[in-house]
Amino acid sequence: MAFSPEELERYSRHIILKEVGVKGQKKLCAAKVLIVGAGGLGAPAALYLAAAGVGTIGIVDADEVDLSNLQRQIIHGTSDLGRPKVESAADTMRDINPHVTVKTYQEFLDSANIMDIIADYDFVIDGVDNFPTKFLINDACVMAGKPFVHAGIIRFKGQLMTYVPGQGPCYRCVFHDMPPKDAVPTCKQAGIIGAIAGIIGCLEALEAIKYICGIGELLCGRLLTFDALKGDFHTIKLPPRDPNCAVCGDHPTITELIDYEQPECADAQHGSAL
Amino acid sequence: MNITVGGGKRSVEAGTTVAQLIEGEKVENAAYVTVAVNDAFVDHADFGSTALFEGDTVEFLYFMGGGR
Repeated sequence: MAFSPEELERYSRHIILKEVGVKGQKKLCAAKVLIVGAGGLGAPAALYLAAAGVGTIGIVDADEVDLSNLQRQIIHGTSDLGRPKVESAADTMRDINPHVTVKTYQEFLDSANIMDIIADYDFVIDGVDNFPTKFLINDACVMAGKPFVHAGIIRFKGQLMTYVPGQGPCYRCVFHDMPPKDAVPTCKQAGIIGAIAGIIGCLEALEAIKYICGIGELLCGRLLTFDALKGDFHTIKLPPRDPNCAVCGDHPTITELIDYEQPECADAQHGSAL
Repeated sequence: MNITVGGGKRSVEAGTTVAQLIEGEKVENAAYVTVAVNDAFVDHADFGSTALFEGDTVEFLYFMGGGR
């Protein structure tokens, strides 16, 4: 598969990097990445993965674009208000890069659909805003043997870690189980600066790009944390995979996917928006 | 004694436990914080009985559920 002159020009800033080159760009163009959530984290991730030429990008979100989303979900504009987020996101991605195939899933992920959806993809990006789905993504990816990046944001902070099957801990190795419903501040109570979602979402996209190209060091076994007020990144070295982990351990006790109760973040009309 | 907490140096009394450190650091949502001492997780049940020593590295890991 030879690149057209247009593609060579489009991807020239990748191709010129010795770590990427034409070979790496071909890998990107052949890759399939699923982004769960077309919101604060998913939006920047989707923009940069489309720009990078990731061949197939899946985007999952059941909701419609809401005014309060526009402060940080930069793939959507004022003219998209009321539209399904996946359609709004897909339009923007296709405009950035018509070479990318965008697959939209206007639905919530649950135990009934997640395994079928993730099956087609090489890498999964967690852009959801609730713990039930974060744990679901982890468990499904462990069971399916799919690498994924987890991330979370709140107020002035964000963090992310990458799971690669057979290497390092999964999300449950670190965070074990769902916190109780009111334990962690809700989206509406806490707030977030849009640019922080941008930073962390972009870091998630980078993990996907590094994985696909086979370059650099993934955040496998590390939790990268960001404190925006301090302007500080701090990396926490995580213990290795827990042999007693309920899902990725030597004798898993979680062998079926769990649909935890819906999170506090959900408001009356829409799904959550952090 | 000198320890490192979240990448920063701290001076604490000898024999300080993880539970005492959590209180001293005013850790938010302490009931749901994950603690690692020298790259190994400490069970919540052991916070009160796990003493820290000179040179220990402590990390607090928090649930962050947001993303949209």
